[in-house]
Amino acid sequence: MLTLDRLSKIYANGTQALSDVTMGVAPGEIVALVGGSGCGKTTLLRLASGLEQASGGRVAVDGDIIAAPHPDVGIVFQEPRLLPWLTVAQNIAFGIEHLPKAERDARVDEALLRVGLAGYGPRWPRELSGGQAQRVAIVRALVARPKVLLMDEPFSALDALTRASLQDHLLALWEAHRPTLLLVTHDVEEAAALADRAIVMQPRPGRVFKDIPIDLPRPRDRLSHDFAEAKRAILAALDGSLGNPHSSPTRISAPSGASW
Amino acid sequence: MSEAGTLEKIAPADRQRAFVPSPRWLFGLVLPVGAAVLYEITARFGLFEARLLPPPSRVFAALWELAVSGELLTHVTATLLRVAFGFGLGAIAGTLLGALTGSSSAARRFLDPTLQALRAIPSLAWVPLFILWLGIFESSKIALIALGVFFPVYLGVMGAIANVDRKIVEVGRAFRLSRWQLARRILLPAILPDYIVALRSGLGLGFMFVVAAEIMGASEGLGYLLVDGQQLGKPAQILAAILCFAVLGKVLDWLLVLGTKPLLTWQDSFARTV
Repeated sequence: MLTLDRLSKIYANGTQALSDVTMGVAPGEIVALVGGSGCGKTTLLRLASGLEQASGGRVAVDGDIIAAPHPDVGIVFQEPRLLPWLTVAQNIAFGIEHLPKAERDARVDEALLRVGLAGYGPRWPRELSGGQAQRVAIVRALVARPKVLLMDEPFSALDALTRASLQDHLLALWEAHRPTLLLVTHDVEEAAALADRAIVMQPRPGRVFKDIPIDLPRPRDRLSHDFAEAKRAILAALDGSLGNPHSSPTRISAPSGASW
Repeated sequence: MSEAGTLEKIAPADRQRAFVPSPRWLFGLVLPVGAAVLYEITARFGLFEARLLPPPSRVFAALWELAVSGELLTHVTATLLRVAFGFGLGAIAGTLLGALTGSSSAARRFLDPTLQALRAIPSLAWVPLFILWLGIFESSKIALIALGVFFPVYLGVMGAIANVDRKIVEVGRAFRLSRWQLARRILLPAILPDYIVALRSGLGLGFMFVVAAEIMGASEGLGYLLVDGQQLGKPAQILAAILCFAVLGKVLDWLLVLGTKPLLTWQDSFARTV
């Protein structure tokens, strides 16, 4: 169980990025954190990963307080961040060097198979496409079998088709060991496709605005009415979180006679 | 996904290119050999004052004479030993101090200003002091070469470490690497390409300073051959020594590149594509 207890973060320059966030994520649950820019989603994830320290409150996994990177918590960044001097297989094995070689190789091969990259082990990262590299990055975090996997907009740099395919890959990987998944996204469709719950956050300072359950069976039909309803519910909450439920951008006409 | 199906064999081809030297290097010989031949021909026709600008045939004759008498080996060995010791000392010191100032901002604030000020002093300005301190024999020469090698290596290592991608370092932190593991598994491989370039410029400066040291007073070495040729009016010998420097410098640099190439096959760089 991942618990965030009255978590807040104030940066050195005085910006309050996160204020009093409390939430719990059950084992094996998939939660999507949705929100506009500046709502503290990424900060929350970095605190949960132990890469940054909270100014107040605490993060815990099964009672273990996370104050520094922890073996039970894995993280996938927005970019693949593969190490270019290691082959794909070596990259995946990066976090499980302590395991015996046979076990390591078995986990790497199984993971590559699962994301459709069997035989890619000896390749260099530079030979991979963006989608392939991000699959390797996800697998690198998962082969260490963390209880909690944190993902920071992992598919935002990919095109729509690749993104949908990677979401399916992610679910297939998640099925294997069912880690708790906390996923930051700005894509409403992604939240509806993956999550059991979408938590909508509100900016300045970052805090929880609304917690929306998504009770749809998997695999989800993206064209179904229920799926569209789920998306609408998240979108409505997102609009509400930004404090402008029905407003549209104001158009300013250029002054007449302006030469530019 | 369909991407998995396209298994072109990219990697093996790459490895081959890295390890098997292709005859393309012969292309690099066209310019110097062509220039030498042209020079020889024009000299034969008397277009140059052959007494001051001896044609290649005379230079090679002088070189051959030195080689047969065994003198050449003595001089080359002396020069190479000085470069080896000076380069070794300078590179080690540059690597250690560069790693220190690159990885600790406190060390950088403390040491770097002083080292940069020392770097601003023309290295030859130290020669009188080195001779007073270390005598006129080997020590002062090696100290001068080491000083010349030190700065490019120091700057290269410091800059490379400071420029390592913060995001990649964070991957190491997320996997809970210790300070030492971080250095070995992330920083060292990340700076390797820049480090090799720094060593190559260090080696180049090593040769520059060995000549300076030998011209200022030596009884053997290629630099001595230069001075000797000047004093006795033997331009062919001077050119022979210069030729030796060119060949030795090029060969050592090539060995350095060749020896480190297997470590850099992962690079995704412009040079690989053109």
